Amino acid sequence: MAVDAATVRKIARLARLGVDEAEVLALAGELSAILGFVEQLGEVDTAGVMPMAAVSPKAHVWRGDVVSDGGVREAVLANAPDAVAGFFAVPKVIE
Amino acid sequence: MSDLVGLSIGRMKAGLAARDFSARELAEAHLAAMAAARALNAFVTETPELALAAADLADAALADGSAGVLAGIPLGIKDLFCTKGVETTAASAILKGFVPEYESTVSGKLLGAGAVMLGKLNLDEFAMGSSNETSAAGRVLSPWRAAGSVVSLVPGGSSGGSASAGAAGLVAGATGTDTGGSIRQPAAFVGIAGIKPTYGRCSRWGVIAFASSLDQAGPMARDVADCALLLQVMCGHDAKDTTSLNVPVPDFAAALSGDLRGRRVGVPKEYRIEGLDGRISALWDEGLGWLKAAGAEIVDVSLPHTKYALPAYYIIAPAEASSNLARYDGVRFGQRVPVPGGTLNDMYEATRAAGFGAEVKRRIMIGTYVLSAGFYDAYYTQAQRVRTLIAQDFERAFEVCDVLLTPTAPSAAFAFGAKADPLEMYLNDVFTVPSSLAGLPAMSVPAGLSADGLPLGLQIIGRPLDEQGVLNAGLAIERAAGFVARPDMAWLGG
Repeated sequence: MAVDAATVRKIARLARLGVDEAEVLALAGELSAILGFVEQLGEVDTAGVMPMAAVSPKAHVWRGDVVSDGGVREAVLANAPDAVAGFFAVPKVIE
Repeated sequence: MSDLVGLSIGRMKAGLAARDFSARELAEAHLAAMAAARALNAFVTETPELALAAADLADAALADGSAGVLAGIPLGIKDLFCTKGVETTAASAILKGFVPEYESTVSGKLLGAGAVMLGKLNLDEFAMGSSNETSAAGRVLSPWRAAGSVVSLVPGGSSGGSASAGAAGLVAGATGTDTGGSIRQPAAFVGIAGIKPTYGRCSRWGVIAFASSLDQAGPMARDVADCALLLQVMCGHDAKDTTSLNVPVPDFAAALSGDLRGRRVGVPKEYRIEGLDGRISALWDEGLGWLKAAGAEIVDVSLPHTKYALPAYYIIAPAEASSNLARYDGVRFGQRVPVPGGTLNDMYEATRAAGFGAEVKRRIMIGTYVLSAGFYDAYYTQAQRVRTLIAQDFERAFEVCDVLLTPTAPSAAFAFGAKADPLEMYLNDVFTVPSSLAGLPAMSVPAGLSADGLPLGLQIIGRPLDEQGVLNAGLAIERAAGFVARPDMAWLGG
């Protein structure tokens, strides 16, 4: 499938990835080529075949409902680009 | 160069135990080698002070009898493993300055066994690449050059720093990670050994995620026995990774045997791809002869869905990557690009645009596309169904054989820029991706040289949890191949 510039912009928006116009054109060509390559999967008959989401299917692992961690706020915030009063700080989102 | 550099881990252990040299001397020799080979750009971060402190602790432990199995062994850690207090970047600009507050389970196990970390090793950005050309820290050079050539060659990827440092003798061994061949292909390109264990053997906790259903850690070292020893330490159940397997870890090194009597080795006919390099094809046949001489029976097998492995992988891996990499948003860690007067979304978009390189952006875009409404079933679900068929191919093959032997890569190491087309680069993983999709243990062992003197590897693929069978066949190849070639590094100066 050929990916056009509008689709590239839409996907970039979904991925929260800023792209300039030169990148849009390059990505349209590259994504079209890669999607063209993967589309050969369509020729495989997969009727009745279960999708494989995990290598070793097993029951979900439960842990005890107990506190096993915590009290490490400083460590959690240590790498934040901006932290204020014990919170991650981001640009204002409420008008 | 010091006599202490280039020894096997087995020899280093023996020398340390006999007090022929100290862990500090061993560390100093490797730090000197590392400094002399900086032109390779194998390390993203060097940690000499930590290394010497760890070496002194190892010497004390060796003296009082409390030494762990890797006491004093100098290792490099791929910069995809979080290391407490040491910058960890995944070779991405977006993680510049990230200093983890915790240690990954696997690197913690190695350090806990007494290993001496020399530094963090370069890689393709977020492990996405097959040539180590996508690193924000710059490309890694292979210590190898073709006979009579002055052209620099790629070390393979994504574990290119691990490969280059191992082959150049800067480390005794290194951690790698393998999502579609990122341990095996670089090991083959530089003439060392590397094993990706069964999915779930090594904890993924603290390993920066690329494609979570495929990512596995594993060791890279100069011989099979060293890989067995490192793997032993790296494996084991970890409650912090829900996909970690809660099964006993055998003593791989103790059970290592190149005697293959009673074993059956399968040859998948679909791996005889059109246009396969004649030397690689001949080496493959030679390898089958070596395994036969070691007592194995050779059988032909078929893996009919092989040609669909790469397209399935290039849907599944980017899909998982696009989800995993959503966390790099300039809020909790890493770089932020503020947009004055802009919204939160503007900040996200500017941060991610500046922080990710071209290959990572491509994969995020592909992954977002195949997971988007209207395309999910046609691409992602279909790829997962094909993944089931690929895994079933292997199950059937293992009804008539114990391990498979194939080439590791379709070519020897190539020059920088030789595969500028992303699709052509992806094709380099044609022999390693299928076993990754099936979660199987697989290793590359150096087996010979190309016509122009570059290393070539053979790959052994085993049944789930049969790392021992893979290592044993690897040992048989290693012994028969007698691969002793080392790169002539005179061009590095030093």
